[in-house]
Amino acid sequence: MKLLALIWKELLVVLRDPRSRISIILPPLIQLFIFAYASTLDVKNATIGIVNRDNGEQAFELLQRFHGTPLFKEIIYLKGMEEIGPFLDAQKGLMVVSIDAQFSRDLDARKQALVQLICDGRRSNTTQILSGYAAEIVQDYNNDFMARSSLKQQNTVLVPRNWFNPNILYPWYNITSLVAVLSMLTCLVVVAQSVAREREMGTFDQLLVSPLSPLEILVGKIVPGILIGAGEGFLMWAVGAGLLGVPFTGSILLFALSLLVFVSAISGVGLFISSLSATQQQAMLGTFVFMLPSVLLSGFATPIENMPSWLQPITYLMPLRYMLILSKGIFLKALPASIVFEQIWPMIPIALFTLSASSLYFRRRLE
Amino acid sequence: MFNSFQRLNALIKKEGLQIVRDPSSILIAVVLPVLLLFLYGTGVSLDLDHLRIGLVLEDTAPDARSFAESFVNSRYFDVKIARDRRELIPDLERGKIRGMVVVPSYFSEFRRLPDTVAPIQVIADGSEANTANFVQYYAQAAFSNWIQQEVADSELKGLPPLISAEPRFWYNETLESRYFLLSGSLAIIMTLIGTLLTALVVSREWERGTMEALISTPVGKWEIVGGKTIPYFFLGMISMSICLFVSTVIYRLPFRGSILSLFLCSACFLACALGIGLLVSILSKIQIIASQIALIIGFLPAYILSGFLFEIASMPPWIQILTYFMPARYFVQCLQTIFLVGNVWPLFWKNIAIMLFITGLLFFLISRKLAKRLDE
Repeated sequence: MKLLALIWKELLVVLRDPRSRISIILPPLIQLFIFAYASTLDVKNATIGIVNRDNGEQAFELLQRFHGTPLFKEIIYLKGMEEIGPFLDAQKGLMVVSIDAQFSRDLDARKQALVQLICDGRRSNTTQILSGYAAEIVQDYNNDFMARSSLKQQNTVLVPRNWFNPNILYPWYNITSLVAVLSMLTCLVVVAQSVAREREMGTFDQLLVSPLSPLEILVGKIVPGILIGAGEGFLMWAVGAGLLGVPFTGSILLFALSLLVFVSAISGVGLFISSLSATQQQAMLGTFVFMLPSVLLSGFATPIENMPSWLQPITYLMPLRYMLILSKGIFLKALPASIVFEQIWPMIPIALFTLSASSLYFRRRLE
Repeated sequence: MFNSFQRLNALIKKEGLQIVRDPSSILIAVVLPVLLLFLYGTGVSLDLDHLRIGLVLEDTAPDARSFAESFVNSRYFDVKIARDRRELIPDLERGKIRGMVVVPSYFSEFRRLPDTVAPIQVIADGSEANTANFVQYYAQAAFSNWIQQEVADSELKGLPPLISAEPRFWYNETLESRYFLLSGSLAIIMTLIGTLLTALVVSREWERGTMEALISTPVGKWEIVGGKTIPYFFLGMISMSICLFVSTVIYRLPFRGSILSLFLCSACFLACALGIGLLVSILSKIQIIASQIALIIGFLPAYILSGFLFEIASMPPWIQILTYFMPARYFVQCLQTIFLVGNVWPLFWKNIAIMLFITGLLFFLISRKLAKRLDE
C-alpha cells in the first residue's frame, strides 16, 4: 500500500506538472516526425553536372536519358574538364558525368566506350548510391544500343527485390527503430532525474526518514519509469502504425512483452545514473553519455557487422540491439514467436544484472 | 567603462571556476568529444565491406557455380550458401543476413537458349533501408564483373556491354565513410558544448534562485550575457583543438585546409550555438525543460538536419526549409571542405556570413528577452 502510494506520487510528479508532461510527450513526437522523414539516406533531387566533349549522336542520346529521369533536380552543363574541379569544390553538384571526345566514334567502331562519373567523396555514401543510379541509366542505354545494332547480348539479368519494405521507404525503417530508441530515452530520463531531482531539492532526506524501506523507495523510483517508458513505446506504436501508415504485421502481445523486458533492463541503468549524480544536470549528462554509444553501436545507424571485430561482442551487452531486431521484426516481418523469444531472453539477464547492481549500489549510498 | 570591464572579468572568473569545479562540464568538454570521435571513427561506418548475404543455389551446373564463386570471392560479401531459400528465411528475419541471391534451378539451361532470359534474384531486407540499397548496389557490381569475365572466356554467350560507367570519387578516393563522419561529427561536438552546456547554466541560476541575486547586483544585461558566453566559448575552442588533434593524429583524417579557416568557421558556429543555448535557458527557466528543448533544437538538427549524414535534397520540402535555419548546416559544409578538399574561400565566406547573421539575430532576441525578465 505504501509502495503503491509512492509509485502514484512519482507518477504524479512527472505527469501533473503541465510543463514536464509536455516535455515527456511532445519532444519524442517531434523527434519521431522529423527523424522519420528527414533521416533518409535515399538520394533524390540531386544536382549533377555534365561535361560532353563528344558531338556525336550517341552521346546526345545517352544524355537525353539523364534528362528523362526524375532523379535529378537540375543538370548543369560544364564547358570543359577544367570546370569540374571548381564545380565539385563549391558543392554546386554531387557528381559530374563526363563523356570524352571519342565516345561516339568508338561506339560506331563497335569498340568499348567509357562514361566517367566523377563523384564528391565528401559524401561518399550518397554519391555511391547516385553513381549506382547513373550506371543503371548507362546500362539501359547500352542494352538498347546493342539491340539496335543487332549485337548479341548477355541474356542473364539481375532481378532486384526488397522484402518487408518493397519500396525502401525510409520512414518505415526509421519509425520502427525510433519506437525502441525513444521509449528507451524517456524511461532513462524519468528514472535518472527522479532521484537527482529530490537530492537537488533536498526532499530526498524526507523520503529517507519516511517509514518506507530502501527497497520500497527503489521500486517506487523504478516502476514509474518502466510504466512511462512502455507507455511511450505504445504511443509511438499508435502514431507509427495508426497515423503514419507503417504496417504492423506481428503480434501486439509479443510486442508488449518485448517492450516491457527491454524497458526494465533500461530502468536499471537509469537508476544507476541517478544514484551517481548529485544534480539534475549531471543526471542529464549521464543519460546522454549512455545514450550516445548505445544508439550508435546497437545497429541503429549502421549494421553491426561493419564494426571492428573486437567491438562487436560489446554490442551483445546492449539491450537496444535486441529491441531493434524485435521492433523491426514484429512491425515489418511478422516475426514468429520462436525468434521473438530467442531475442528476448538475452535481455532478461541484462535486466536482472542492471536492476540488482544498481539497487545494491543505491542501497549502499542510502546507508 | 573600466568598472564594467572589471565586473565582466569577475563574472567570467566565477563562471570559469564553476566549469572547472563541476565534473560534468569537464565531462562535456573533454570526455564526450573523445567518446564521440571514437564512436564515429571506429564504431560507426557506412562502408559495408562485410555484408552477410545468403546465396541460394538451386542450380549446380558450372555456370551457376562460377557465378557463386564470384560472389564468394567478392570482398563486399560474406556468403552463406544454401540449396533452398527456406533454410535462409529465419536468418533474414532475425537480421543475421541482409539479403539473399537466388540462382533458380533452370538458370544454366535458360542461359544456353537463344530467346530466354536467365534471371538471378537479389532479395534484400528492406527493413534496413540503407543496407538494402547497398546489397543491390554491390550485387550489381559483382554481377557486372562476373559477366565481363565470363564473356572473355567464351564467345558463345554474347558480347559484354559496349558502354559502361566508371565511377571515381574525388577527395576520398578509397571511399572511407569515417572521413566525412569524423569531420561532420565536429559540428555535433561543438553543438553539444555550445548549446547543451549553456542551456543549463542560466536555467540553473533561476532554479536555485541565484539569478535574483545576480540581478540585484550592479551587473548589466550585456555583462551577464558576456559572463555566460565567453567562458564557454573558450571551452568550445579548447575542445575543438582536442578534436582536431584526435581526428588528424589518431584517426589519420586528412587536413587539407588551414588552421586559420578552421578556427574562423568554428568561432562563428560556436557563437550561434551559444546563442541558441542561452536563449533556450532564458526562456525555459527549468533545467529539465531547458535540456529537452536544447536537445531538440540544438542537438538533433546538428545530427539530422545538417547534411552531415543525411542528404538534405532528399528530404521533404517542409524539412528542407527548416534546414536553412540550422547553423549546423553551414558549419558541416565548411568542415567537410576544410578537411577533405582544402581552402575554398568563396564557400567559407558565404557560410560565415550566414552564421554571423544568425548569431546577430539570436543575440538580439536574447537582449530583448533578458531585459523583460529582469524587469519582472
